[in-house]
Amino acid sequence: MIVDVLSFVMLALGGFFVFLGGLGALRLPDLYTRMHAASLTDSFGTILTLGGIMLQSCWSLATVKLLTILFFLMMTGPTASYALANAALLSVDDPEPHPPPATET
Amino acid sequence: MVTLFGLVLLTLLVVTAVAIVITPNLFVAVMLMSIFSLIMAATFFILDAADVALTEAAIGAGMSTILFLGALALLAEREQRSRGRQWLPLAVVALTGFTLIYATFDKPRLGDPSAPVHQHVAPWYLEQTPVLMEMSNVVTAVLAGFRAYDTLGEVLVILTAGLGVMLILASGRPEPSRRGPAAVAGGLRHHLIPRVVGQLLIPFIVLFGLYLQFHGEFGPGGGFQAGAIIAVGIVLHALLEGEAAGRAILPTRVLVGLMAGGALLFCAVGIAGMLLGGNFLDYAVLAANPVAGQQLGIHLVEAGVGITVTGTLVAAFHAFADREPAA
Repeated sequence: MIVDVLSFVMLALGGFFVFLGGLGALRLPDLYTRMHAASLTDSFGTILTLGGIMLQSCWSLATVKLLTILFFLMMTGPTASYALANAALLSVDDPEPHPPPATET
Repeated sequence: MVTLFGLVLLTLLVVTAVAIVITPNLFVAVMLMSIFSLIMAATFFILDAADVALTEAAIGAGMSTILFLGALALLAEREQRSRGRQWLPLAVVALTGFTLIYATFDKPRLGDPSAPVHQHVAPWYLEQTPVLMEMSNVVTAVLAGFRAYDTLGEVLVILTAGLGVMLILASGRPEPSRRGPAAVAGGLRHHLIPRVVGQLLIPFIVLFGLYLQFHGEFGPGGGFQAGAIIAVGIVLHALLEGEAAGRAILPTRVLVGLMAGGALLFCAVGIAGMLLGGNFLDYAVLAANPVAGQQLGIHLVEAGVGITVTGTLVAAFHAFADREPAA
């Protein structure tokens, strides 16, 4: 019972972070801040969602598989983020994030 | 619930397809194609076609993205827009699309047990696989056993395609200058993080490919998936360490040997059946016990498929990576 509640809370929070990551990737002004938002999906979203499913799987082979998936996602996610940021840094002359254009009325 | 998932996935599929057509940036189009394949794989998976889903994810989202990017490294990034409206292609596409949609009205409902496809030979396969071959994965039994002729044809098509790619893209010189697109030639030697993580992942990728190869009898997997995943592992090494280092572990003549050797192994199994008194690709005569013979034949044939697919995909990657970009 407690495990179920905990798992639902984790799944809901994970979904919330994934949503937040998507929202940030759409709404934030430039590439670096967008990547920062998208990394929410990678980190909190993945850990909470997979953790929630793991609590549901109650120590079976599925738990081990989920742990493996989590391990590989923890390895590849940050690497992909690094590669993306690095490529952006190298391809643009001015690496400084541009401030949003001041709106003058 | 599954229907809802399916609807969401199919909607995303259509959105992605439209975006691929609209975008003028080829790099974006390649990324969208990869996403398209991933959505397709998820759709196959919720239709319980795990074998096809694996193939789509490994080849569509993995390997062909790398090949597209390799081709893109040789080309301009933006699509060349043709001037004016092309009414004839539009009319042909619209007519074909309309005909296909019209044809689906006569299709039996998805998953209808009385549909012809479920009444023809499928029940016989399901019934006879445990008896004749004692295998739990009917897909593998159908693919490599009952319909081995089709699979042999597919392997030969893959071999032909690989040879075609090598012949068309080969630079003509006996010893090409090994320069290729600068990004591919140098690898990621100066990028420590992707290199370390990538090298760490390669053994797992290849191990997973071997698992699919040898576990295809019991669960989803088989030669096509295994070959694609092992090829991804080898190509990842080439991407990380540079084109020359990738070529050093599997030189061209070894790759050609793998491509032809796999297909030859497949044919040899068929001819061995003939020599032992059966028909071409009749595995039952390969061992004293017909069931053991079937299993032996399927394992050998799947190995042949895996070897040919690995060789072809790696050779296709090298064919692109070896080229110098057009000025």
